[in-house]
Amino acid sequence: MTELARTRPESFFADRFNVTRSLLERVLGSNLIGRADDADIYLEYRVNEELQLEEGTVKKASRHVSQGAGVRALSGTRTGYAHTDDISLQNLEEAARQARAIADRASTSGVVAVPSRGRPHDLYALAEPPLATDLARKLDLLRKVDGAARAADPRVTQVIVSLTSEEVVTLIATASGWTVGDVRPLTRLNVTAIAEERGKREIGAHGGGGRVALDFFLEDERWRRFAREAARQAVLKLRAVDAPAGTMTVVLGPGWPGILLHEAVGHGLEGDFNRKGTSAFAGRMGQKVASELVTVIDDGTIPNRRGSLNVDDEGTPTGRTVLIEKGILVGYMQDRLNARLMGMAATGNGRRESYAYPPMPRMTNTFMPAGEDDPEDIIKSVRRGLYAVSFGGGQVDITNGKFVFSASEAYLVEDGRVTSPVKGATLIGNGPEALTRVVRVGRDLKLDEGVGTCGKEGQSVPVGVGLPTIRIDDLTVGGTAV
Amino acid sequence: MNEDLLVGVLTRAVAKGATAADGYLIEESAFSAVVRLGDLETVTHARDARLSLRVFAGRASAAASTSDLSRESLERVVDEATSLAKVTAEDPHAGLPDPQDLIRGVPDLDLADASPDETPEAKIDVARRCEAAALESDPCITNSEGAEYYDRRARYVYATSHGFARGYATTTFGISVSPVAARNGEMQRDSWYSTARKRARVEDPVAVGRTAAARVVRRLGARKVKTVEVPVVFDPETAASLLRSIAGAASGPSLYRRASFLLDRLGTKVAAPAVTIVDDALIPAGLGSRPFDGEGLPTARTVLVREGVLESYLLDTYSARKLGMASTHHATRDGSGVSVSTSNLMLLPGRATPAELIGSVRRGLYVTELIGFGVNSVTGDYSRGAVGLWIENGELAYPVEEITVAGNLLEMFQAVDGVGADLVLRERTASPTLMIGRMVVAGN
Repeated sequence: MTELARTRPESFFADRFNVTRSLLERVLGSNLIGRADDADIYLEYRVNEELQLEEGTVKKASRHVSQGAGVRALSGTRTGYAHTDDISLQNLEEAARQARAIADRASTSGVVAVPSRGRPHDLYALAEPPLATDLARKLDLLRKVDGAARAADPRVTQVIVSLTSEEVVTLIATASGWTVGDVRPLTRLNVTAIAEERGKREIGAHGGGGRVALDFFLEDERWRRFAREAARQAVLKLRAVDAPAGTMTVVLGPGWPGILLHEAVGHGLEGDFNRKGTSAFAGRMGQKVASELVTVIDDGTIPNRRGSLNVDDEGTPTGRTVLIEKGILVGYMQDRLNARLMGMAATGNGRRESYAYPPMPRMTNTFMPAGEDDPEDIIKSVRRGLYAVSFGGGQVDITNGKFVFSASEAYLVEDGRVTSPVKGATLIGNGPEALTRVVRVGRDLKLDEGVGTCGKEGQSVPVGVGLPTIRIDDLTVGGTAV
Repeated sequence: MNEDLLVGVLTRAVAKGATAADGYLIEESAFSAVVRLGDLETVTHARDARLSLRVFAGRASAAASTSDLSRESLERVVDEATSLAKVTAEDPHAGLPDPQDLIRGVPDLDLADASPDETPEAKIDVARRCEAAALESDPCITNSEGAEYYDRRARYVYATSHGFARGYATTTFGISVSPVAARNGEMQRDSWYSTARKRARVEDPVAVGRTAAARVVRRLGARKVKTVEVPVVFDPETAASLLRSIAGAASGPSLYRRASFLLDRLGTKVAAPAVTIVDDALIPAGLGSRPFDGEGLPTARTVLVREGVLESYLLDTYSARKLGMASTHHATRDGSGVSVSTSNLMLLPGRATPAELIGSVRRGLYVTELIGFGVNSVTGDYSRGAVGLWIENGELAYPVEEITVAGNLLEMFQAVDGVGADLVLRERTASPTLMIGRMVVAGN
């Protein structure tokens, strides 16, 4: 599949499907321009490879190809969307007619989309994308990870290692005459370890990746660290005590616990919910929604990160959007539709899972910049509380602002010291309030390892998060120890 | 014709050196319309096909899939899968099911609606009426995330390189609505839905809208409660999510990986005697019904838990061979190969009405929504965010939020203290109201 990486999207679709730029312009022109406020055609070709090692042998090897085109027409608040997995002129014309039907039922708003401009970034050009890497090298990596996880502790009884690699070629043509493509590599190495002792079993997992080459996992023996982390977490949990229940001080470790930002404020600051007035943050622009120690940024331009994009799925170059500055709400994340309807600028956050879905405002890499405190001092400042360093998933109810995220590795803090590990527990809070109780921010900002996938209205997209060590007072911890 | 396409692909795999192969072809078309605040917001038309393939080279295997059904692309997919299979390890348990076990006559489970399609306008109107009913129900309902009408037609074909090929068709119709209510600066959202294999069996959109309205209005004024250990009553929707966790732990892949809290528990008591859980693939017009599984094996009614005793796991051919058992015909094809899934999974009803169950609680929680992912499938440890109503002296007293419910799934099912009579197969997994004796509710 090396041909994907080396080609330009425009010639890729022209060669493979006879769909040229002028043909796209013709489909847009004859069907959509002048009849809608905005319109676009999105072409996608995706190859995905999954390799899995279990019980020390390669159990699963699979390769998947998916391709398709989505045609969208927008009029006022209306969206017509049609997609097909057969990229041909005839199907594009048919999709355009179907998408247009909705526009024909409405009068156009007269507010025409501002053309997307600006140069696409170049954030993840790889000499050799993982999909093109020799299979033997990838299998060798999996075997090494398996061996390292098993060697880490005799209590490890089961190890599952998987490597998924993907390459997506896209081409987006908009009614404003802007055609832009992107080639997006993405890879992830994941290790799951099961540990057993005296009839008790526990699970630990670690992984990472990004828009990177296979060598990423070899640098500084990153693969070995992943393996050891998964094993360590599984073994540690064997002696975990019941998590406490109730409201207490919580210290979040750096990196992946940044999922807090994603759930507590990120989703609530996506343009669609704010335009509709259904977000707990609606109408709060310019107001204080966090402590003055807190700044939150969404940045799709960090090289090689899992959540980064050269252009979003509407062709708008991604950017760095400050959402909260020193506690004050200052920005939303926008796609073209919601930016147009709110009279704001598109921020390069229009994303979709695949050609089968219309885009909507989504996060890229969401993080809190470093503060000034020594992380150790932050823990020392807590008399009784929870120190959480790793999490599973999270979820938020946009409208009432309540969010949860589930700790997979956490410890009690007693008199300023980290003591017993506790069983997994869900943390729950209220988005517009939780960050007002951030009282300490560490100087140790870390981005996550590259594992995040965000789901919204049935669409999954890769994202990143980042956080320094922080202390939040009065968060509810959902354990069983009353 | 599609059978031919699939069989052709499998024949090529064998010609390329595969010792056996099987494949699954899904073709679907879908329509969706979203109306928000009375105006049409989004209309989506979709047409998709996906062919997935599993290729064996002796006892080694590989999988591949594609949405590009052109001859050139299919040939490439076959060739890639066949060469991939040669690098995977030999696995004594890998292989197709015994051809003798494959389904012969495909039963008609009445899964497709034969009535003529309706116009987009008529479909949009269904969504419009549903949302309007919600908006008109109560003056507190001031906003909406919209109402959606959707329908989907699909055709499934399974074939093996031994020349077996069978197929069936399904249709799905549905509506859903998410009204937003506001009072004194507080804002809440809830939703309701109805879905069915037959258009005529979808509930009246006005009734669905009113139910959604009642659900959101009763959330207004929600507060937090103090941390306490109390009886917890799960409504049918949230109780169904507990069943999904049980099914996950009972599925072959979690068992042979020793990553399940139901490991080594076959034949033992895992729940209170009031609990019987059944997976029935043969319910006529059922949302989870299927005449055969993802490996062409005839489906049946499986009792997972009978009066509290774990009676069966959920297995495909591979996980069954790994565990030294027989497949329970629960294979499903997903993006990356073969896995296990339930069909119509139900906890069988008891005798109590929901009001009687709530009435038996002096102080406790009635759960109507759960959020988050706090379920550890290896240990059964359970901790999720909850929304619901507080029970005082057997009555629903006031709404609660920003709390969690926590326990351990094995202990929770052992502690089932009451099973409602209100089982309705609204989705492919369904439960009546379920009362659990004690759980920790964390709040202030």
